[in-house]
Amino acid sequence: MSDPFTILGGGVCGLAMATELSSRGAKVTVIDLKDVPGAHACSWWAGGMLAPECEGVSAEPDIVRQGRKAAAWWERHGATIHKQGTLVVALGRDHSDLATFARRAPAAKTLNRDGIGAIEPHLAERFSKALFLPDEAHLNPRETLTTLHERLEQTGVTFQGKAQGQMIDCRGLAARDTLADLRGVKGEMLVVRCRDVTLSRPVRLLHPRFPLYIVPRGDGVFMLGATQIETGDRTRATVRSIMELMNAAYALHPAFAEAELLEIGVDARPAFPDNAPRIRQMGDRIYANGLFRHGFLLAPALARMTADLLLDGTTPEVWYEDHRQR
Amino acid sequence: MPTFYNTKVTSRLMLGTAQYPSPAILAEAFRQSGAGIATVSVRREAGGEQAGQDFWALIEDLGVAVLPNTAGCHSVREAITTAQMARDLFETNWIKLEVIGHADTLQPDPFGLVEAAQHLTDDGFEVFPYCTEDLVLCDRLVEAGCKVLMPWGAPIGTGLGLNNVYGLRSLRAHFPDVPLVVDAGLGLPSQAAHAMELGYDAVLVNTAVAKAGDPVAMAQGFARAVEAGALAAQADPMDPRDMAAPSTPVFGKAFL
Repeated sequence: MSDPFTILGGGVCGLAMATELSSRGAKVTVIDLKDVPGAHACSWWAGGMLAPECEGVSAEPDIVRQGRKAAAWWERHGATIHKQGTLVVALGRDHSDLATFARRAPAAKTLNRDGIGAIEPHLAERFSKALFLPDEAHLNPRETLTTLHERLEQTGVTFQGKAQGQMIDCRGLAARDTLADLRGVKGEMLVVRCRDVTLSRPVRLLHPRFPLYIVPRGDGVFMLGATQIETGDRTRATVRSIMELMNAAYALHPAFAEAELLEIGVDARPAFPDNAPRIRQMGDRIYANGLFRHGFLLAPALARMTADLLLDGTTPEVWYEDHRQR
Repeated sequence: MPTFYNTKVTSRLMLGTAQYPSPAILAEAFRQSGAGIATVSVRREAGGEQAGQDFWALIEDLGVAVLPNTAGCHSVREAITTAQMARDLFETNWIKLEVIGHADTLQPDPFGLVEAAQHLTDDGFEVFPYCTEDLVLCDRLVEAGCKVLMPWGAPIGTGLGLNNVYGLRSLRAHFPDVPLVVDAGLGLPSQAAHAMELGYDAVLVNTAVAKAGDPVAMAQGFARAVEAGALAAQADPMDPRDMAAPSTPVFGKAFL
């Protein structure tokens, strides 16, 4: 049995870390502000898309490569994974954006109206051209965090104990108190209920000004996200942002105009300057942070690499900096 | 190198700071291109004491001149308020003034622009107006105190290049002493080179660099094109002609 670990933070980063370490036999304590996962963690507000190919359009290849392993990890640890792929659409005048996207996401298959109709009938009347990423998946972040928390409790991970052993700081943006180069990137999202539209998979609407994704949560509920604004503000959703999200949803399908507004969410994602995560050692403490908009996509890889480092002494292939060596 | 409001700049390439994959790539694009001025949108990121500070700190670390803008403002009042906010935040009198008149094309509102420019220059600002290539509008802006003009090449984010070469050329001829910067619409370095060949002083690019698959390489491409075009303008280029003129003298043949 290895020395015990104490994880600070019970968001997706902390819980994935606890899961990885405890599944390898380590004794783990998690310290969080609250007893159960909730709105205080920015992963509570996430889309939950496991979409490495789509993210690869604007993210580094390491993120794609590590992200491809995420769905299997989540499944292994009890999460319900929906493997329906991702559909990417654009309005007629933005078809050049589809061409660019297709070039940068080589796994994308081009669909015509019939092809769209075969998988998302409600969108075929609106869109004549789309891209389909068949191997992508999604999950429900809140269910997943709750499931992970319950499973950890069942396997003997404590959530109320005192800190002992190696500290692993997974506090996200709260770790700004020591990580000077960590910044917040605000995201605003909506949850609506709309009985008139059925979607089976996350849909991304490419738009030069208001890009949007919609993730179906079942029972007519959809998550609409998300803005990406350079500020660490975690509390204020603006009318402009919400209007843009609503407009984009309306452009995707006019039936969203009649949707019931269930929730407006806002939080800030923790990010380093290259928007890639980092494992960093400062003093006695290990920091795993900077998941940016890739919480559920990259938390498994970040947890695995941290566990490799702490349990096996293996330096992670990517995302590791040791500031003592500088 | 051009001088904007008594400040000599280090490069004819200005880069916007929005839409990059990451701040690290943004910083690298500046480093590799040598761009001398960064435009920063104030409006969108503002709204609280701490808002945007981290991002602005990253911009300040670039070590280039910061030109805050009023992007996204649709009214005179909004633009003025944003300019005042920008002056406090960045401690500069420079303001790139945008007053958008048409939501779809993001075309400048010429009437609001002149009004806002007058108000801001009276208030001590040094205004860089984002305008169309309309000669009369530009006259009014200069009368309002603008000492730099920033006509569009094409609507923002379209990458269509120089839509009205005639208009841009006559603007240059009409304002030989006012620094002119093509702002908006450039998609390729060759278009930036063209603007410089017309005798423009600088270009401002954002989307074409930020949304390229490799923004750093594209920023370098623009930097070289801008340099090439500026050299060409200084070199007094030949005028095109219809008849072929052999560059090597051909002996022993009669005149054609």
